[in-house]
Amino acid sequence: MLAEKDIIYRADPHRPSPARLVGVQPLAPEHALFQFRFEDPKENERWTHRPGQFVMVSVVGTGEAPISICSSPSRRGVIELCVRNTGRVTSALHRLKEGAIVGLRGPYGNGYPVEKMKGQDILIVAGGLGMAPLRSLVWYVLDNRSDFGHVSLLYGTRTPEDVLFKGEIAGLVGRGDLETHLTVDKLVEDGQPWPHDVGVVTGLFKYVKDRVDPTRAYAAVTGPPIMYRFVLRELLALGFGKDRILMSLERRMKCGIGKCSHCAVGYKYTCIHGPIFTYWDAMNLPEMI
Amino acid sequence: MLVKRPPTDRPVFGQTTGGEHINPSLQPDRAVSRILRKKDMDAFLESVKAFGSLYGPRQVGPNQYQLMPVGDVAPVSAECRRTILPPKKFLIPARDDLCHFSADTGYRAAEVYTGERVILFGLHACDIHALVTLDLVFNGKYPDPRYLARRQALAVIGFSGTAPDGNCFCHAMGTSHADRGFDLFLTDIGDEYLVRIGSSLGDDMMRARVDLFGQVEREHIDAYKERSDRRQTQFDDTVVEDLPQILELEHDSPIWRELSERCFGCGACAAVCPTCYCYDVVDLVGTDGITGRRVRQWDCCLFQNFAEMSGGFNPRPNRTDRIKHRYYHKQVHFVERFGRPSCVGCGRCVEACPAEISLKDVIAAIRGRSG
Repeated sequence: MLAEKDIIYRADPHRPSPARLVGVQPLAPEHALFQFRFEDPKENERWTHRPGQFVMVSVVGTGEAPISICSSPSRRGVIELCVRNTGRVTSALHRLKEGAIVGLRGPYGNGYPVEKMKGQDILIVAGGLGMAPLRSLVWYVLDNRSDFGHVSLLYGTRTPEDVLFKGEIAGLVGRGDLETHLTVDKLVEDGQPWPHDVGVVTGLFKYVKDRVDPTRAYAAVTGPPIMYRFVLRELLALGFGKDRILMSLERRMKCGIGKCSHCAVGYKYTCIHGPIFTYWDAMNLPEMI
Repeated sequence: MLVKRPPTDRPVFGQTTGGEHINPSLQPDRAVSRILRKKDMDAFLESVKAFGSLYGPRQVGPNQYQLMPVGDVAPVSAECRRTILPPKKFLIPARDDLCHFSADTGYRAAEVYTGERVILFGLHACDIHALVTLDLVFNGKYPDPRYLARRQALAVIGFSGTAPDGNCFCHAMGTSHADRGFDLFLTDIGDEYLVRIGSSLGDDMMRARVDLFGQVEREHIDAYKERSDRRQTQFDDTVVEDLPQILELEHDSPIWRELSERCFGCGACAAVCPTCYCYDVVDLVGTDGITGRRVRQWDCCLFQNFAEMSGGFNPRPNRTDRIKHRYYHKQVHFVERFGRPSCVGCGRCVEACPAEISLKDVIAAIRGRSG
């Protein structure tokens, strides 16, 4: 029989569960895809998440960092995280070999309101690493394709080399049930041929603006802060309501469970009220973007 | 100030029934309040020690008090207006283990508090409100077992016996009186204390020395009311009603910049605040390099790197932004999230600030008209 205090230990939301790194794939310079599975099979069975949610990842000895889940809940088996090598925890993650054990806890955050998005057109706009949380949404939508109207993906990166999930994205281009358009800020010399656009991501709006009905559509936008400014302007000009524009935001986090306050923006905590915010939320919260 | 009510047709409570008006359905041993003679206080506190480790305010310097174990000889300092550190230190220690980890076995949750009951004597109403405010944060969707274990082991004997000083503004924050959140609450009504019993445990404490307690008589009720009326006049006129709306309107006021030029960003205000709960989480690795502890420790939103992310992006890079964030979090955002501000008007931040910034002055300035 468990003592009362043991029950309390198990319920401690700060305690990560051991998970094994079962696969690593380099995606782009400084970016790699990490695949995890919990050591406890029961936890793998229990695991479920919403597109747009995140996990707290611990690498022993370096600390913990919030990372959005880039796999879709419609594809069970492994939890996938696309991570840029940028800080203490993420660089430790990049040094790990397959088979290593990390700590995972979550999923946290609100995720995309997929129930409300049903029956609507979906316009997904990704910039750079913003593709990570949106990839979860892309596959969720494709795996439940009949639930949604017109679906399009606009994806911009700095150079062709920086495109994440290159093979997968190449497979999406030309799919009949998804309209995909890619662009890069600039081409690299002696690079692979680039049969797509060159220029900022807003340049891709011309392809889809007549296919999307903004009164019955949701736009999911994630990218660097500078991108929001231009994309938001474009979406508003198309007639999207401010509460139909969904953004995924990043903040420093320590607990992930609405207490430590590092991610507080206005009266919202990015960890429990976000990371998905509508533009209506964002425009009324200070320092949001 | 007493408000004169307009005459109404309805009976005024308490004046319509002459003579006895005791509800016979109540238990005969029902104890709402009792009377304790001041000279019996030490004997009572001595008996309370049977219920756990007793802490009370003790003077440690000129006008400085600390919640310390109540020993055999050292009496508590009932005149204490505020302790340097608030009672939160018993619930969220400055540094607390969350997990123990090792490269081989992963993360194991650290033990929660299983020690003896801690009885805090002498908490004023504002501090009791602060505990109730912390409960809001540490419960919710993800209850914090570490906090809750300590909270369940905490007993509170409230005390009201000193007049407010110039740094107090609990009256404005609506926390000058507590109706819940205590086991016993003692109010100084002259030669006696009126002892309000707030819980089953408080009732046990009273009954352990029932010989010391008397029934509440009419004279005690009158003495309490007289004190209550007098107390209304002892506070200044700090006004916080609709402060969230005014702060929202004054978001871009030059006052915030002026304040940032005085503030050192030292975080003393957060350390002494009874409701500041922000924490940092850090991994402390042992000398073997593979085992260690994950601890949480007090943090402060005024610190420059509080919100800074890897890669260097900082949503609040300037001290002005951070000061504003602190004020708004306590006075605006907490209201939107929990329906009340997280400030209880205890005045500790005013007393602790090395730059002599007074929250009361800030509120007055922000409510003032600018030229």
